[in-house]
Amino acid sequence: MAEAFKFDLVSPERLLVSQDVESVVIPGTEGELTVMATHAPTMTSIKPGVVTVSADGKTERYVVFGGFADILPDSCTVLAESAVHVDDINREDLARRIQDAREDIEDARDHETRMRAEEFLHQLTTLEGAILPA
Amino acid sequence: MASLKELRNRIASVKATQKITKAMQMVAAAKLKRAQEAAEAARPYAERMGTVLANIAGAVSGTDAPPLMAGTGKDDTHLLVVATAERGLCGGFNSQIAKKAREHIRTLLRDGKTVKVLCVGKKGYDILRRDHGDLIIDRVDLREVKKIGFENAHEIARQVIGLFEKGEFDICTLFYSEFQSVMSQVPTALQIIPAAVPADGAGEGSDAVYEYEPDAPSILADLIPRNISVQIFRALLENAAGEMGAKMTAMDSATRNAGEMIDKLSITYNRQRQAQITKELIEIISGAEAL
Repeated sequence: MAEAFKFDLVSPERLLVSQDVESVVIPGTEGELTVMATHAPTMTSIKPGVVTVSADGKTERYVVFGGFADILPDSCTVLAESAVHVDDINREDLARRIQDAREDIEDARDHETRMRAEEFLHQLTTLEGAILPA
Repeated sequence: MASLKELRNRIASVKATQKITKAMQMVAAAKLKRAQEAAEAARPYAERMGTVLANIAGAVSGTDAPPLMAGTGKDDTHLLVVATAERGLCGGFNSQIAKKAREHIRTLLRDGKTVKVLCVGKKGYDILRRDHGDLIIDRVDLREVKKIGFENAHEIARQVIGLFEKGEFDICTLFYSEFQSVMSQVPTALQIIPAAVPADGAGEGSDAVYEYEPDAPSILADLIPRNISVQIFRALLENAAGEMGAKMTAMDSATRNAGEMIDKLSITYNRQRQAQITKELIEIISGAEAL
């Protein structure tokens, strides 16, 4: 059994999770990473995706839309811009976000903004694909 | 002297008003509880955001700091974001915030600065429009919003940052009312751009050398706008709680005043009724004596 560490998942509206866990999978912008106890101190931004929390042999999945993770050897804090449990995800809300992202691409004036908007849309659609069949 | 009928109507109308203020007080009490819970639920995020920001700000040296943190180096144009309630009937709550903002505007204008005002909430707009209508560049209407979400705050933050990037202002100050208790709300001014980073937090957070993914400046560039949203969000929540607290207190005293008024009117009514009865009796008796 893996060593436990403290994990907090907070969104601006509320504290979703605050408990001791064994591992957490975080969708970092540079790729997914699994955090376990005694991880090197890391600060990473998060792309829209699924945070998987494993504790006591159970796993819980949360959908996050961007944010930050602050990882220390004995704790990990995810500051999510918006986070919901995967069971509570509102499909219309997701569809609306995708629609917004599409509009952002059309509104983008310079190349860089367009690139960023396209990437964001891509992340969202990947996320939709990942959770919808579930 | 008012007639008995007039007095009766008067009492009935005060009673009806008392019922309304009583109901409003109870509604405010229920809403206050919810607003307080929301404000409390938002606290962990804001606190951790502060720690993270302090950590990372220590890592990024002064020259690399994004303009939102370092400022433009000038202080010629000020943007005031004045957050008030959408509705009145809450004592001096809105006028206190507006007063604080107005004093600030006067000082800035006297010093020859340019002032721009962004009103959040209808009441502040109504008050400030009278004296400084020409300074108000925009207003945000949250009347349709039942429960303030992060989205609302984010929207305002985006607008503010958009203006900053266009070079419309140098310093942004947020005015809101800090909720201390049901009885007292303190109007507060908070500078949000350039961001004041808690300097003491850097040491206590962690001495560990962080790895940054991607690199520290780009995380910081992402973090600071978000921090502005968080500050605005917190201000809106504090305001919501404060408004309800002020409304509760105001409605409580209104209910009490109405009660006093009813008592006074009832005494007048009873006295007059008795006077009239006595008068009628005297008329009958003296009529009988005359026979």
